[in-house]
Amino acid sequence: MPITAQPRHLLSRYDVTVVGAGPAGLAAAVAARDQGAERILMVDRDPEPGGILLQCIHSGFGLHEFKQDVTGPEYAHLALERVVERDVDVLTNTYVTDVSRELRVKLMSPDAGISTVDTGSLVIATGARERTRAAIKIPGERPAGVMTAGLAQKMVNLHGYLPGRRAVILGSGDIGLIMARRLTLEGVEVLGVFELLPFASGLGRNVVQCLHDFDIPLHLSTTVVDIHGHQRTDGVTVAPVDDDLQPQLDRSWDIDCDTLLLSIGLIPDAELARQLQLSLDPRPGGPVVSSTMETSLPGVFAAGNNLHVNDLADWVSQEASAAGAAAGDVALGRHRARQDVTVTPGRNVAYVVPHTLSTERSQTVSFRVKQPIYGDTKLHLGDAHQRKVRAVVPPEMVTMKVSPKLLDGFAGDTLRVDAIPVEEEEES
Amino acid sequence: MGDERVRDVVIIGGGAVGATLARALSRFHLDVALLEWQAEVAFGVSKANSGIVHSAMHASPDTLKGRLEYPGNLGWRQLHDELGFGLNNVGEVLVALDDEQLVRIEQIRQQGIRKGIPGTQAWTAERTLHAQPNLTREVKGAVWAPTACVFNPYEAVMLVADVARRNGVTIAEEQRVVGIDPPDVEDPDTPLTVRTETDVWRGRFVINAAGLFADDIAEFAGVRDFEILPRKGEEYLLDKRLAGIVSSIIFPCPSPVSKGTLVNPTVDGTIMVGPTAQTVDDKFDPSTTEEGAAQVFTNARKLVPTISERDIIAEFAGLRPVSDTEDFVVGPTERRGFINAAGIQSPGLTGAPALADLLVDILANEGLELEEKADWEPTAPHPVRFNQLDTEDQQELARRDPRYAHLICRCEIITEAEVRDAMDRGAHTLDGLKFRTRVGMGRCQGGFCTWGCMQLLAEHQGIPIPEVTKRGAGTWIVCDRDDHPVTTARTGG
Repeated sequence: MPITAQPRHLLSRYDVTVVGAGPAGLAAAVAARDQGAERILMVDRDPEPGGILLQCIHSGFGLHEFKQDVTGPEYAHLALERVVERDVDVLTNTYVTDVSRELRVKLMSPDAGISTVDTGSLVIATGARERTRAAIKIPGERPAGVMTAGLAQKMVNLHGYLPGRRAVILGSGDIGLIMARRLTLEGVEVLGVFELLPFASGLGRNVVQCLHDFDIPLHLSTTVVDIHGHQRTDGVTVAPVDDDLQPQLDRSWDIDCDTLLLSIGLIPDAELARQLQLSLDPRPGGPVVSSTMETSLPGVFAAGNNLHVNDLADWVSQEASAAGAAAGDVALGRHRARQDVTVTPGRNVAYVVPHTLSTERSQTVSFRVKQPIYGDTKLHLGDAHQRKVRAVVPPEMVTMKVSPKLLDGFAGDTLRVDAIPVEEEEES
Repeated sequence: MGDERVRDVVIIGGGAVGATLARALSRFHLDVALLEWQAEVAFGVSKANSGIVHSAMHASPDTLKGRLEYPGNLGWRQLHDELGFGLNNVGEVLVALDDEQLVRIEQIRQQGIRKGIPGTQAWTAERTLHAQPNLTREVKGAVWAPTACVFNPYEAVMLVADVARRNGVTIAEEQRVVGIDPPDVEDPDTPLTVRTETDVWRGRFVINAAGLFADDIAEFAGVRDFEILPRKGEEYLLDKRLAGIVSSIIFPCPSPVSKGTLVNPTVDGTIMVGPTAQTVDDKFDPSTTEEGAAQVFTNARKLVPTISERDIIAEFAGLRPVSDTEDFVVGPTERRGFINAAGIQSPGLTGAPALADLLVDILANEGLELEEKADWEPTAPHPVRFNQLDTEDQQELARRDPRYAHLICRCEIITEAEVRDAMDRGAHTLDGLKFRTRVGMGRCQGGFCTWGCMQLLAEHQGIPIPEVTKRGAGTWIVCDRDDHPVTTARTGG
């Protein structure tokens, strides 16, 4: 049953405004309230809160955040219950079109019209969007039947329609893997998942549970090089790629299909961040943030997939709790944690979030590796901390808890995050 | 939709030529039908091009296309005032990168002056870079032509067709012509009969404005004396973040076969680069190619060095209906009543409104009686562009109609009310909505809005969701869990 909590009327000023009611927004609103902020507004563009969780009807959510294995909609429900208990104004079907640097939020809503509200602090929790065909420039025709895996997931799981009868999936991102299984269960023939890179982009557990268990072939180092069909898609051409990822067209083959799903990555939806002229980190694509997820514009926080694309919703909730609590503090005029250590990606690390750390509070550093290491791996946070892990792979986010004690004596320093094989380290 | 009644004029082809002619004829007491083989008007050549109303200095006045160019330019501006489609008078900067090109562009300017194009200027390198600071430092000089505009050609054609419809023209879509029967030999005054897959249309006059297929249509009429050789142009749209990188249409000095690769702002704030020019055999080949992209970006960087493939948000290819005469093929044929308006290649889109007037004259010469209507209404309510209004106007609209506060497309900020207006004006496919309102044209390329649009289309037409199409028959988007896919969905109609 959907929980709705439309406010009777919109206040002209809020302490904290949260944009987006997915896992990040829900957790941020709760944390801001628990921190003592009283007037909290959360807006979402969809008819119901929950964000993309609502279309993720598979299980595997919540093991960390709720200590139980639940589906996406259940996770959303559990997170939303905490919001409803706390007197937060939730406005759905509502889109934030503009935020000024003075934190005046313009929103459009069939219930509230075109309105503006002022806010003490803002949490951007707008999630990510899927990369499209345009982003990877697949040549060929433009028939119907090419869509992102996430849109197909919405069609199937929320609305009960199938994207086609014979599907090829390009990209092995988690949504693509999940959809390979979903479509198979729905009676769609899934002819294969094709991945440009030599390893899957999605979580290992999804490769096993969604592909292997259903005998769906995964073709690594292979990509779609052409799409056929004047009206509806009637086939694709795929080809293996060489070490430079260039397709070897002489080894290509055609597949007869009516659907091509794209699961070629998520990009932080950083449009509000751009509009607010926040400093952005090009690699994850989201804003540069402090240890409390505060961006380069004081009072504006970012959390969840618009900051960097997480592998689990649970981590999003945790990160957003930190952001929401800090947003509450800022709205109430409290002391900000001093940011006196800088972190930067080092060897085999694609990006690190947050970008600065505090010697005053505990925090979590999250990062992704560039290349997989299938063996003992040493993680370094400069000279401040190191930890050995069994393996690291790009699909899985790596996190390190960093207490103030670990940073003792490093104030003013820049710490480099490395992830390297143990043998290599012993050699050097 | 077709019937036994004999129309005065049956126009084959709902592109820029057919639609502007339909509108021009709607001034008179005439029974006119416009047939389009695709799901909606403007889905052919008129949809996929650079979207430019040319300055009119480029084409030689010795050709018909050259003579129609400037009157056509003025015609589109008037239609813009009447109908409110997107059109910006951004002007053209024709760039020379060496001394030889400086001579050539001045010749083009002089040709423009002879054709009566006002306001052109010869610019020094310094003046050029002052106006367009992101151009290459290699620039040696430029010609400025203030008459050039960018516009949304599909939106323009759709609104022109709509105003023709408002003035009594029958617009019939998904009407693929399969044959044209000549008049009875015994009685040459019987009309031409145009047979489509589903209907029969009779007309005293039949206009062949069938774009890429005009030679096939001429063959049906037994008068195929030209060939259409499709010339493909690939175009690449770049993210709005680049807005302002150029503020006018940047032309390279043209080669004998092509105007070259342009860099131009679009009406919607994106940047477009293209086109290529490659003769192809397949009239159904809208594919973009790696080679095409490489060529476009290599050429574009010669003009604007910071242009990058990384900023592509969409790409498309269009086919120019080039005739083997290299000029327009316009006029009566040996088949009495069958009149060609074919081979309308660049600057044919620009010339279309003037070509429509010329065709009206030709029809009059051929015996069509033109009696003006007292109640002809050339203007229509302009579509609302919610995103371009200031906040007070937005609030006022939303108070009157809350559907103006319901967002459908987040990238382009398109509201439910705008989508409904487009459907009221004839949109009945996803692409129809997209080209009228821009839903789904932004960064997420429809990831967010597709479902909302499908719901509105289904509701408006009273059809189930699986019958909603991308662009008409055969372009189904989703199917029911239990049924086989709908392969012959007919929408609208």
